[in-house]
Amino acid sequence: MPRRTDLTSVLVIGSGPIVIGQAAEFDYSGTQALRVLKEEGLRVILVNSNPATIMTDPEFADATYVEPITPEVVEKIIAKERPDAILPTLGGQTALNTAIALDKNGVLDKYGVELIGANIAAIELGEDREKFKGVVERCGAESARSAIIHSLDEALGAAEDLGYPMVVRPSFTMGGLGSGLAYNEQDLRRIVGQGLQYSPTSEVLLEESILGWKEYELEMMRDKNDNVVVVCSIENFDPVGVHTGDSITVAPALTLTDREYQRLRDISIAVIREVGVDTGGCNIQFAVEPGTGRVVVIEMNPRVSRSSALASKATGFAIAKIATKLSLGYTLDEIPNDITRQTPASFEPTLDYVVVKVPRFAFEKFPAADDTLTTTMKSVGEAMAMGRNFTEALQKALRSLEQKGSQLTFDSVSEYDVPELIEAAKRPTTERLSQVQRALLGGGSVEELYEATGIDPWFLDQLVLLNEVAATVRAEGIKPDTLRLAKRHGFSDEQIGLLTHTPEAVVRGVRHALDIRPVFKTVDTCAAEFAAYTPYHYSSYDEEDEVGLHAKPSIIILGSGPNRIGQGIEFDYSCVHATMALRKAGYETVMVNCNPETVSTDYDVSTRLYFEPLTLEDVLEVIAAEERTGGVMGVFVQLGGQTPLKLAQALADAGIPILGTSPEAIDLAEHRGEFARVLAEAGLIAPKNGTAVSFEDAKAIADEIGYPVLVRPSYVLGGRGMEIVYDEAHLSRYISNATEITPDHPVLIDRFLEDAVEIDVDALFDGKDLYLGGIMEHIEEAGIHSGDSACVLPPITLGTDVLERVRVATRAIAEGVGVRGLINIQFALASDVLYVLEANPRASRTVPFVSKATGVQMAKAAALIGTGVTIHQLRTAYRMLPETGDGSRLPLSAPVSVKEAVLPFSRFRTPEGTVVDSLLGPEMRSTGEVMGIDRHFDTAFAKSQAAANNALPTQGKVFVSVANRDKRSVIMGVKRLSDLGFEIVSTGGTADVLRRNGIQATPVRKVAEGSSAEGEGTIADLVVAGEIDMVFNTPSGGEARSDGYQLRAAATSIGIPCITTVAEFNAAVQAIEALRTYQWSVTSLQDHARAIRGEDATAPVGG
Amino acid sequence: MTENAPVTGTGAAAVLVLEDGRAFRGRSYGAQGTALGEAVFATGMTGYQETITDPSYARQLVVQTAPHIGNTGVNSEDAESRRIWVAGYVVRDPARRPSNWRSEKSLDEELIEQGVVGIQGVDTRAITRHLRERGAMKAGIFSGADAARTDAELVAAVNGQRGMEGSRLAEEVSIDSRYVVEPSDYGWEGEPRFTVAALDLGIKAMTPKHFAQRGVRTVVLPADSTYDDVVAVGADGVFMSNGPGDPSTADAQVALLRKVLDAKKPFFGICFGNQILGRALGFGTYKLRYGHRGINQPVLDRRTGKVEITSQNHGFAVDAPLDGPVTAPEERFGRVEVSHVCLNDDVVEGLACLDLPAFSVQYHPEAAAGPHDSAYLFDRFIDFMADAARSGDGSDDLDASEVSKAPTHAQEEN
Repeated sequence: MPRRTDLTSVLVIGSGPIVIGQAAEFDYSGTQALRVLKEEGLRVILVNSNPATIMTDPEFADATYVEPITPEVVEKIIAKERPDAILPTLGGQTALNTAIALDKNGVLDKYGVELIGANIAAIELGEDREKFKGVVERCGAESARSAIIHSLDEALGAAEDLGYPMVVRPSFTMGGLGSGLAYNEQDLRRIVGQGLQYSPTSEVLLEESILGWKEYELEMMRDKNDNVVVVCSIENFDPVGVHTGDSITVAPALTLTDREYQRLRDISIAVIREVGVDTGGCNIQFAVEPGTGRVVVIEMNPRVSRSSALASKATGFAIAKIATKLSLGYTLDEIPNDITRQTPASFEPTLDYVVVKVPRFAFEKFPAADDTLTTTMKSVGEAMAMGRNFTEALQKALRSLEQKGSQLTFDSVSEYDVPELIEAAKRPTTERLSQVQRALLGGGSVEELYEATGIDPWFLDQLVLLNEVAATVRAEGIKPDTLRLAKRHGFSDEQIGLLTHTPEAVVRGVRHALDIRPVFKTVDTCAAEFAAYTPYHYSSYDEEDEVGLHAKPSIIILGSGPNRIGQGIEFDYSCVHATMALRKAGYETVMVNCNPETVSTDYDVSTRLYFEPLTLEDVLEVIAAEERTGGVMGVFVQLGGQTPLKLAQALADAGIPILGTSPEAIDLAEHRGEFARVLAEAGLIAPKNGTAVSFEDAKAIADEIGYPVLVRPSYVLGGRGMEIVYDEAHLSRYISNATEITPDHPVLIDRFLEDAVEIDVDALFDGKDLYLGGIMEHIEEAGIHSGDSACVLPPITLGTDVLERVRVATRAIAEGVGVRGLINIQFALASDVLYVLEANPRASRTVPFVSKATGVQMAKAAALIGTGVTIHQLRTAYRMLPETGDGSRLPLSAPVSVKEAVLPFSRFRTPEGTVVDSLLGPEMRSTGEVMGIDRHFDTAFAKSQAAANNALPTQGKVFVSVANRDKRSVIMGVKRLSDLGFEIVSTGGTADVLRRNGIQATPVRKVAEGSSAEGEGTIADLVVAGEIDMVFNTPSGGEARSDGYQLRAAATSIGIPCITTVAEFNAAVQAIEALRTYQWSVTSLQDHARAIRGEDATAPVGG
Repeated sequence: MTENAPVTGTGAAAVLVLEDGRAFRGRSYGAQGTALGEAVFATGMTGYQETITDPSYARQLVVQTAPHIGNTGVNSEDAESRRIWVAGYVVRDPARRPSNWRSEKSLDEELIEQGVVGIQGVDTRAITRHLRERGAMKAGIFSGADAARTDAELVAAVNGQRGMEGSRLAEEVSIDSRYVVEPSDYGWEGEPRFTVAALDLGIKAMTPKHFAQRGVRTVVLPADSTYDDVVAVGADGVFMSNGPGDPSTADAQVALLRKVLDAKKPFFGICFGNQILGRALGFGTYKLRYGHRGINQPVLDRRTGKVEITSQNHGFAVDAPLDGPVTAPEERFGRVEVSHVCLNDDVVEGLACLDLPAFSVQYHPEAAAGPHDSAYLFDRFIDFMADAARSGDGSDDLDASEVSKAPTHAQEEN
């Protein structure tokens, strides 16, 4: 049966910003969906507020709305575009919740829009916990005993039945937000209290603890003919109690008999039918009691999920693509399996390898946070690896994390330390795997560790196996058989080097001399039963290599590895653009990456995909495989962030051509002394600075340049370990606590410019011409990490002479450094002096934002420059860049774009259960970003805030409390809010200042003052009670800082805007005024692009 | 013979040698010695215990494509027959320690106890690709002292065995004397609804269990049983099981089935039973290049348009026309259609007689190992028996559960 012919246009809802629990996987699934819809000849409309996505590239849809994903905004889009249908199952919980809201408020009916791939009844059956329990029961299966509650009193009543510990899960939240485990009444009160807030329906589920049970997940697909297949089974290494997103997971399930597996499969099929999942994907999670095999259904997601992305990459079965086709009316047997070509998609993939996914955490960014892993997801990214056995896959996955200490180590463990390790392993943390392995190394038994952790003995035995192999390597040294043994179990050259006290390079040299090399196998969905036509490879130390010969030398693009704070989807964007542009130009491209969430690891994005760790060893082996099968033209290292960049020199040393900017130039930009020379030659200045290799050094430099200083380790992304240091004592603390400081790892010290405007530039340079992509003006002043700061393009307060100075400086730096491709430069403007803060000759985090804001695809241009194409050619023959002009001089008709960061504070709790501080600083902590785009700044800023789930209020109460230094600068703004009818609430000194300026501020008690004798609460109490609509609090030191913390924590936990800088406050006031004054509208990027080119007189309406 | 990288690991040296001289060196697994048979690969990720105890794998060296085998050990419930039938076993990474609440011993121990020679640590994917491209072929596993023989000797030993084509194996794996599986054995309360005579050509334990759970008594008969034996047990319907070997050798069973069809007795066949129905109707059978062995095989039910994910294990197939119902070459059996096809390669996966209460499938609705999508076929067979019972004694007002014995006896007397 062909697809439905009654559909001509479809609106796809994306998932918005990258947040914990909803990340790049939805860009992957959404991009697949858009490609299918376009191929099917439909008019495709997209809404997604996240500019860093591939899916929001204008070429993937007919109308791309980078607008907030709220029911109101989506209604505006529907009214304008009048789509026939909405596809809401590929944009995570955000899209699904939006679709439900549009149904509930009658918008779908009003405009006659149909939901495809989902129906409301099924979504509700799947997601409403009480209804879902009924489903499970009707399917003859069991749920954990539970109670649904809507108040704390009900919760306490239910606790008497269920007993502690008890799992608490708010309904309709994503990534397990607000979930937790209550061991006692105090826990219960706290978690339920928050959970009721998080749940849009104020509904919380309490259930019997199934902690320690084995946890499984099945990924399912169903078509309209009721054909159902299981795409993948996934087993959690960590038993129930750790969110599956935070657990090490393994595919396929490895510790089930067929009878047990088929039981899970039967239940899954019964449930998908009973729920009535229309067409498409869903996943179902199970817990299995290890001693009896009792099966409990945990939950289902009636949509494509994070696990779907993992399952797609793990099996080669393109879930999102196929789900989209099913939503158009195709059946599974009508859709070919792309990999085998001859066989249909109506089958169940079978694997002849093992897949291991490991989460990547960012607790180092939130030192106050409790690092216990719970049912609330806290990881910010993940790496996946494949091997021909579990040990190989596990070790590859661990080294894919690229975190210090992520690889297992085998230094001997004293038997006296074992009890402590076992005790520590009882509490799940990021350290648990290593604790368990080390306890086993020290003589702990599998039984003891099973008892302590609930990790299946089969997995524990695999860790024992790794310990045994390590012992063999240590005892035998580097011999052929020993090397083969170690490699078969995934040991890296580095690990073997540590075990044998041999430098890694020597291990590799010996290994290569002995011709012990990995082969590359193929992911083919069918365990080699049929020939595979897609070169999707993974390495293994096995016998037969499957890489085919290629006619043209390949261009290898190194990806960015697991998402982390500071290096996220923005870098994947640049890698994907590069491969797209290069393939279009006729090159064979090869992608190397280990992040299952991304578009870059889709098997048909590049000519060949190697799903491999991005360590030097693994990358060299991929290059060797490509060299022996047809040659390598060169490698791109500048697109994937620091991960590939730090391999540049070693690759060059190995004789591998680096395309684009040379490693020497990269090094020059990072090297303080040489970079200073480039600046001096160009007549530019940097803040006074120095490089310290010891505390004494650091002190001398700080004394010379004067406090405050900005200190940070060299070679980091995302401002890792960066701090503003105000005095010597602080400096001493920083050096001793926060960093490793050696001649190899120096610390950079800069004069910190107070009250400076920070400016970010992305540009292209080909050795002759400069194309300046865009100039971004930060809204927060210097001192807040650029990744966390909102910024605006084009700049709204910089004069044309400043812009020209920026342009001239950019060109001078690009030329001086020797850039061939992209460069990102950060400037600061203080007292009208332009300082150069840093230059990075690589793709930056802002490349996608600039590309979306200006309608110019910079990463594609950069990739071609890397192959020798000139900017002149890109402007003329390729028409990839505008014929004249550049992003530094946008016409007045161009829209204003605001980038806003999205921060994960509400996910992280201190051990006492309060949220961590939401104060911004020089260390980046945002997980993602959104873009607001409109004709003027005020509306664009308002949109950016709404998109970041931080919608500004248009009425109500605003609390204002600012540090002394800020009091002068806030009066105008506060007065404006007061004039607009807001009630201003304030404490102490700020209230006095406001009243003297004629602003009626209602006084309220400070947190430090505590409640009054009459029971009048503090400002924090008011915030928690929901009486305040926006908090504006700038931090100062000492006691006031702690007061501020509790206030900010209250605002964060309840989810109201909490503004911590004057600059952002002033922007917010402008935006609120715009919201009050205009009915703003939505405009597609395609229409904005026409406005930029001056083609469309009817420029976007709005502010 | 190509030399492969030595494999590290414990155990004696072992080598898998194929008839074309390709060899894969590994370590011994299970018993040591020599195992000869046809090398085939099976792609299921679960169910190794069911696989090795499936009589259809007799005389075959089974290569498991899933790398980790033995993780859940061996238990006394999941075996599909009285013993392990695979002639030899080829795996990559056997479990060092089984882990499952039902596990009673390790697979390694079980293989040793039953004297099954295996090999571990070989590139099972490379072997699979080799077999896929060149077809299932004669092979041998040699371990311990046997592995030390010269390459020429090993290849000669491999090529000295008889091939699968023309092999008559059903009688070898079948039972010597009949036994009965009662519905009450599986919790059925009340009298049995029907009796099925099931010809054991390599029957799996799950098949009588399916009948029993539906209230049907199964009398399992040896492969060489006659039509009189079938009649003697008072069968309401006849079933022919899966089994090993070349269906072109099953003349005795074909003759038996023709009598069953002439008598218009309900018939249901699985796997080998499907091939026998095909032959009884006058179609030929042929050997597939490398067979279908897995639990993920998509089969289209052409009458409903629905897809079943099936468990399959067959090296031979029926050669019948796919386009629409045709009159059977044995014309007296009327019209027949290919009811099911494999979506991967259009191989015949089911036959349905349109003028007789007879049908069969090439795949395994009894699963074990594999998905349960097709279990409804047992119900379909029971419906046929119920229909036959009703028309047999004309008492249409009786419902199926009350029919039980009487009509069968009536037929027997005819």
